Amino acid sequence: MNAPFKPQADAAHASGLNRRQMLAGTAGLSLAFAIAPIIPGDSDVAHAHHEGEHGRINAWVNIDTDGTITIMAPAPEMGQGVYTALPLIIAEELDADWTKVKVQQSPIAPIYNHPIFKSQFVVASITVRGYWMPCRIAGAQARQVLLNAVAEHWKVPVTELSTEPSVVVHKASNRRITYGEVAKFAEAPKEMPQIKPEGLRPEADFRLIGKDLPRVDIADKASGKPLYAIDVDVPGMVFATLARAPVRGSGPESFNRDEIKSEPGIIDAVALEHGVGIIGETIEAVFAARLKLDAKWRDAPGSNVDSEKNLQDYLAHVRDPAREGVVGRRTGDANAALKGAARTLTADFTTDYVYHAQMEPHACVASVKTDGTVEVWTGTQWPTRAVTDAAKAAGTDPDKVTLHLMHMGGGFGRNAFVEYVVDAVQLSKAAGKPVKMIQSREDDVLAGRLRPMTAQRLEVGLDKDGKIVGWRHRLAADTVVPYLYGPERMAAQKNVDHIVFAGADMPFYDVPAHIADHVLEEHGVRTAAWRGIGAGYTNYAIEAMIDDLARDAGKDPLEYRLALLKDERARKVVERVAELADWKRKRGEGRALGMAFGKLGLPPIGFSMTGTIAEISLDKESGEIRVHNLWCAADVGQPVQRGTIEAQLEGSLIFSLSAALKERITIRDGQVEQTNFHDYPVLRMAETPEIAVDIITSGSIPLPVGELSIGGTAPAVANAFLALTGKPLRHLPFTAERVKQAMS
Amino acid sequence: MAVSLTINGKPASVDAGDDTPLLWVIREHLKLYGTKYGCGTGLCGACTVHVDGKAERSCLTALSTVAGKSVTTIEGLSADGDHPLQRAWVAEQVPQCGYCQSGQIMQAAELLASNKSPSRDQIVEHMNGNICRCGTYPRIVRAIERATREG
Repeated sequence: MNAPFKPQADAAHASGLNRRQMLAGTAGLSLAFAIAPIIPGDSDVAHAHHEGEHGRINAWVNIDTDGTITIMAPAPEMGQGVYTALPLIIAEELDADWTKVKVQQSPIAPIYNHPIFKSQFVVASITVRGYWMPCRIAGAQARQVLLNAVAEHWKVPVTELSTEPSVVVHKASNRRITYGEVAKFAEAPKEMPQIKPEGLRPEADFRLIGKDLPRVDIADKASGKPLYAIDVDVPGMVFATLARAPVRGSGPESFNRDEIKSEPGIIDAVALEHGVGIIGETIEAVFAARLKLDAKWRDAPGSNVDSEKNLQDYLAHVRDPAREGVVGRRTGDANAALKGAARTLTADFTTDYVYHAQMEPHACVASVKTDGTVEVWTGTQWPTRAVTDAAKAAGTDPDKVTLHLMHMGGGFGRNAFVEYVVDAVQLSKAAGKPVKMIQSREDDVLAGRLRPMTAQRLEVGLDKDGKIVGWRHRLAADTVVPYLYGPERMAAQKNVDHIVFAGADMPFYDVPAHIADHVLEEHGVRTAAWRGIGAGYTNYAIEAMIDDLARDAGKDPLEYRLALLKDERARKVVERVAELADWKRKRGEGRALGMAFGKLGLPPIGFSMTGTIAEISLDKESGEIRVHNLWCAADVGQPVQRGTIEAQLEGSLIFSLSAALKERITIRDGQVEQTNFHDYPVLRMAETPEIAVDIITSGSIPLPVGELSIGGTAPAVANAFLALTGKPLRHLPFTAERVKQAMS
Repeated sequence: MAVSLTINGKPASVDAGDDTPLLWVIREHLKLYGTKYGCGTGLCGACTVHVDGKAERSCLTALSTVAGKSVTTIEGLSADGDHPLQRAWVAEQVPQCGYCQSGQIMQAAELLASNKSPSRDQIVEHMNGNICRCGTYPRIVRAIERATREG
């Protein structure tokens, strides 16, 4: 071709691929901070230190002499907005002029670790929650360094100095000096100044936090500029794809290697332990050859899995009182309470496997070099793990691995697993060249790691006045923890799978005795955290049960919840969403409302909460549910970026509505039966309801947001269906076929 | 044999098989990475580009069929990211992960080129083939409405 295109490698560098050199080469003042774990007890002050000249490379903040302030974004960006939110918190305490701030993705190094995970790792919606106080302290320390430097320079007491955005002010002498000018003479101290909680900016004075600033990555994303792993171009690279064994633990026994190798443009086809790699000159050659792959796969424990049959087994397990589950949540003696109850309400629920369907199929560029070093370009929710796994795959040490962290085309929990990094490293090793590995959508579905399939039985004991005395929540489900964190951690947790259990606890309802147990189902199916984790099915069962109880008591679902919720914040989200939806107003013929309460968090982290209401109608002929409106009131604690929070709430409502109405993976003979968006449909624009969200502020700590509004959607729809038809929906997703079954 | 086409207003000659999907030609031969791979089967719209002004799924478009034609990608939609849709996309803070947004904008640009004031139903009908897994649909609608207002 003869058009003068700019080589992409330059664009890649300009976008921060070569950040280490860029920051190391900048002038001005570089400041590094050590971030200490801060939960519980957010008032703990991070112990800070200066790493000397060498530490410049790992600095959090650099103030250039021209006034440009570069702040590191330590956490991976997958659409959730932390690329803006975390630097913004530092900028607030630094009193930086936000228009002069440049955000840069940090390298992968312990100094940028998430304080709770002690790893660069983005899961559980606690990125902002975890980095909150350390980022504030870091920003305040940087500001104090500037103040101290000016005090010395002007020979004035530091207490007489104040700041305005990017300016140090000495009111007594009417002098002002910009941060850029200060950077000309200021030096990073050996020890960073200690900051006490009272030295932080009062919330009432926030200029950036709690407002709604544009995200720093949006303009580029409206121009196709950001680089994802799939966009990386490295000189001399070849292309590859990986056909993963359809069953976990399986691999190729044999395959038509000679035929694949003879395809045009194909360099090699290699058997890996867990799949077949095809390496070629172009991606089109590789994808064409993939269609001709004929592999015989080794048997593995999951080779005979039939999900429809297994679901019936799961259901039998939750119905069998003799079956012992692992108790994960317990308050009081629910078993005794149920025995002594005047009467008991029981309901069973089932939910299918679901797939993440992140828009970017897995991709990774890896270069295993002859000098023993490894370079990796990828998007991942767990960069620290990607480095150690890449090192293992290359047979080298983690300090020989450089990971260039790219934007992710969605994550939703899927990219907490990094097997695609291992694939690319192994294929680069086999090819002796840099390799761009792209998985086809079909292989991404086939090798999907799924939200567990579940059966649940809820039993609620009532006294003679209809008051709840005991609640038993029994769950039969595949496990996740052993596959994300390893069997050792599962054993250390005494088989309590906190990912599967999430949402099963009921701290905000007046339920005096509660027990939740998990019958572990192990069949060799690939599983993962999926946005909202357990709450996607546990909260569905709980909140559908609450409507059953309200109906049994002859009460309005809103009144019933307000009477049963003992927590003031919980009552407020429910009251607020009822206002938003105008709950009491009678809807037209064929329309009905349903509501649900929801929560996200853990006791030491704190809980965020939602009230959700759905307005639906039903096509009785087809069985299709149409959701016209979703309202959601969310208590998020201290909001950091309001617009981002609204976007996350909207996005999670749509993501969970998609799962509630449509999404379903089935497995036969161990193999996922779906392949692409025609047989795994996700919600499209025409099916998207009108959405209204409202943010409620409480306290002074930012609570989990990214997955918050997942748990309320399915039960709100089911409860609306109950209101409309008098029939319960007990099987998620609510496909047309199942809706018709429920009505008959 | 090399195929000649116009890409973002400039002549280009691509040496690839006739049946090579235009998507891979744009991305890996011409090194324009704003156009994305999502499904390879025309189901998601992430790969949407304009061929002689018409929105097409580049993953289903063979190279030979665009010989002599003019292809526009997100990189060629405007000089500085200042197409009315791109400005509206920023104003409404549409993207989350951003991966599908090039395709969304190219799909929407086709609509606005032929209809200066589409109704909400027309917008939804036109955009329904483009999947956004982050759930930015409400903002996409608002951004298109804004672009039609502000031009």
